[in-house]
Amino acid sequence: MTHPRVFSTFAAALLLGGCAAPRTPAQTAPTRTAQAPAATTKPQARVGYTEADVEFMQGMIGHHAQAIVMAKMCPSHGASAQLRVFCDKVIRSQRDEIDMMQTWLRDHGEAVPDPDDPHAMHMMHMSMAEHAKMDSTMKMDSTMHMDMSSHDMLMPGMLTSEQLAELDRARGTEFDRLFLTYMIRHHEGALTMVAKLFDTPGAGQTPEIFGYATSVDADQRAEIDRMQRMLTTITGRTPQ
Amino acid sequence: MTSAGTRSRRLARFTTGSLTLAASAIVAACATSSSGSMSSAPGTWSGVVAPTPLPPMATAASTTDPRVGLKAGLTDAGSAISGLRLVSHVSKPAMLTGEGGARGLTFANSDLAFRGNLVFQGNFSGFQIWDISNPASPALKKAVVCATGQGDPSIYGNLLFLSSESTGNRTDCGTQGIQDRVSMDRMVGVRIYDISDINNPRKVADIQTCRGSHTHTLVPDPNDPGVVYVYVSGSAGVRSGEELAGCVDAPIDSANTSRFRVEVIKVPLAHPEQAQIVNYARIFSDLEAPHAHGAAPSDEPPRQRPAGAAQRPRGGPNQCHDITVYPAIGLAGGACGGYGLLIDIKDPVNPKRLQAVGDTNFAFWHSATFNNDGTKVLFTDEWGGGTLPKCRADDPIDWGGDAIFTLTNDHLTQRAYFKMPAAQTKTENCVAHNGSLIPIPGRDIMVQGWYQGGLDVIDFTDPNHPYEVAYFDRGPVDANSLVTAGYWAGYWYNGHIIGSEIARGLDIFELVPNRYLSQNEIDAAKLVHLDQFNPQSQPKITWPAAFPVVRSYLDQLVRGNGLAAARTSAIATQLNAAEALSGGARRDALNTIATQLDADANGAADAARVRKMAGAVRDLANASM
Repeated sequence: MTHPRVFSTFAAALLLGGCAAPRTPAQTAPTRTAQAPAATTKPQARVGYTEADVEFMQGMIGHHAQAIVMAKMCPSHGASAQLRVFCDKVIRSQRDEIDMMQTWLRDHGEAVPDPDDPHAMHMMHMSMAEHAKMDSTMKMDSTMHMDMSSHDMLMPGMLTSEQLAELDRARGTEFDRLFLTYMIRHHEGALTMVAKLFDTPGAGQTPEIFGYATSVDADQRAEIDRMQRMLTTITGRTPQ
Repeated sequence: MTSAGTRSRRLARFTTGSLTLAASAIVAACATSSSGSMSSAPGTWSGVVAPTPLPPMATAASTTDPRVGLKAGLTDAGSAISGLRLVSHVSKPAMLTGEGGARGLTFANSDLAFRGNLVFQGNFSGFQIWDISNPASPALKKAVVCATGQGDPSIYGNLLFLSSESTGNRTDCGTQGIQDRVSMDRMVGVRIYDISDINNPRKVADIQTCRGSHTHTLVPDPNDPGVVYVYVSGSAGVRSGEELAGCVDAPIDSANTSRFRVEVIKVPLAHPEQAQIVNYARIFSDLEAPHAHGAAPSDEPPRQRPAGAAQRPRGGPNQCHDITVYPAIGLAGGACGGYGLLIDIKDPVNPKRLQAVGDTNFAFWHSATFNNDGTKVLFTDEWGGGTLPKCRADDPIDWGGDAIFTLTNDHLTQRAYFKMPAAQTKTENCVAHNGSLIPIPGRDIMVQGWYQGGLDVIDFTDPNHPYEVAYFDRGPVDANSLVTAGYWAGYWYNGHIIGSEIARGLDIFELVPNRYLSQNEIDAAKLVHLDQFNPQSQPKITWPAAFPVVRSYLDQLVRGNGLAAARTSAIATQLNAAEALSGGARRDALNTIATQLDADANGAADAARVRKMAGAVRDLANASM
């Protein structure tokens, strides 16, 4: 029961720590990474919610944290005025959602990923033995990334460290294009996470989780729509 | 379009300081603070209607407002009030409170519907029926436990409709949830109860839908009084086709997709058990994304998809959050995620989109309210979904609030924003939420819930300059941790404002006059009586011929310098004299005033209002026989 929680928080850790790009102002803020949760903090039974609910919240914290890292690049990477407003909204919205998810996990006695914890950098250096153990105990979803070269395992839609570095090198229109391309994929990953939650029997039924997951779905669909529109303006093509 | 940079909308303060009331003393304290005194501070109100410039519009949340710094507490929070009097407060019944009190959403109160002296209050775990015959002491008639996952209620005669959305909801109302992927026990959609016997509501139908019902809206059949339609907006994932035949999760270009549509249920009132879905209205077809903008306050409208162009596979709204219908003008406002829609509902079974508006300042189009004339629509943005704190000092004033649109020839044009202007804490969920018009003749005034941002009464008569008229706010439930609470909604119903408090229960308020609202205007609002009221099915308001209606217009002309002061004071004197008369003498006196007003209109600063007043005086003359 504890492994998936280790997994999702581990992913949360790597998405930031795995960034090999040169440090820039955009990355100085939340580049501290998630703390490894104590895997045994929840001996008692879960009442009214499920393991999948916990995984969803823990995983989404990491997912959001990467979105914030990306969005924080906008002002320093020559993003268009339109995109900067969008990035500001992503930062303000997802920061509050991370707080809310952490509160929910804390209130329920679950491990709370902390995207700002500096010690979580160590998660990058998880041993291959631990890694292998995780592989054998977890069902890998085909939508999840696995980049063995850097031992990254990411939630759906998340950027690899190489992609994050690529984005960090881009400027101006090229930054806009790359940001939108990656963030659309990132948001679609969140939709996948919501779908996966609701596909799990018994999951997503507690009102907080149901309400939050459906609002992630609605909000991120609306934002995908906006990003596709902005991308069309840049590329002159209707995204397919 | 108003530019954000030129605006400043901090309210001049003329209110009392905050009150801290012990829980047990809430009601008693209200009863003793009935003066609603606008004491202290700058701008003390004299009690006499006088020329009053509109308060400036805020450019940021105020950190010096009386609503800032209120003491936290579930039952003993501090509060600040202006232009209102808290008449009564009742807590949730124990069966809808849950063990350990108010944390979480499991027992959250939600929306309201009204019939006679009854208030129907939704709850995530069921619903409550309150008798407010004595507004100072609401009495619980019935509480029913049956998990809803929001529980949006509507009432139509003896039929009570409840939205059900959470995937663990059951046909048998059991609280154990559902563990199976496919289950015939699941009930997401609209439940219909017969409440002929208030003490024994009887479920008569479960209308199952593919995505459940987050909200729903009643639309009476314009021709058949025996039929009402229900528009269903659901935001859950699409159910398995094995569980409910016909449910298909597919992109917009799939003809059978259960997304991108509004279900229309037809309910024969005499046989609610025969209610069924009669249309899947595809009001999202051929919709292109709205243009985005930079730092400007609004966007260009979305485009119609060019003929032959490929549909995009993903994105765009696939459901409305809520639809407000205004049958008297045959229109509906759809608040649909990334869009606000204007919808033609003249044929209620076949709603058709007329226009879609977008605005990148809006994160989530949540609800719509028409003004009574049908010339404006106020859309809300529920940025953060209602459980997050979006009214802190550094949250943008144009995000998570209201946007006002003018409506001309079935076309919406965006005007100003309004957001509750007092900075709230990080442990108070706060964003624009549900409300309704307050029927004050000659003005567009609305009461609205802002969750833990409190209740706000706003004037949007000038669509470019909305402002606050009255408010009530409590401190957070918890100073250290965000506990979802506050006003789901505030609605005007037959003379009072009824607030549905998520964690704390039900509150009833009265308006008290201040410099922006006169006793005559309040009295005129109280003349409007509805037999039943579902806020998302807006009734056309009409006022009886009465002196408070006439004097409301006069007060407005004084307040806004709409007519020369010499004339308004002369008319006030004449009205007093006319009121002292009776029968034909009163009629003649009133007709004389009306004729003079016709002449006054020429050259008056607010000629339209002078003419409206002349019409109201004539109506009163005709009624004085």
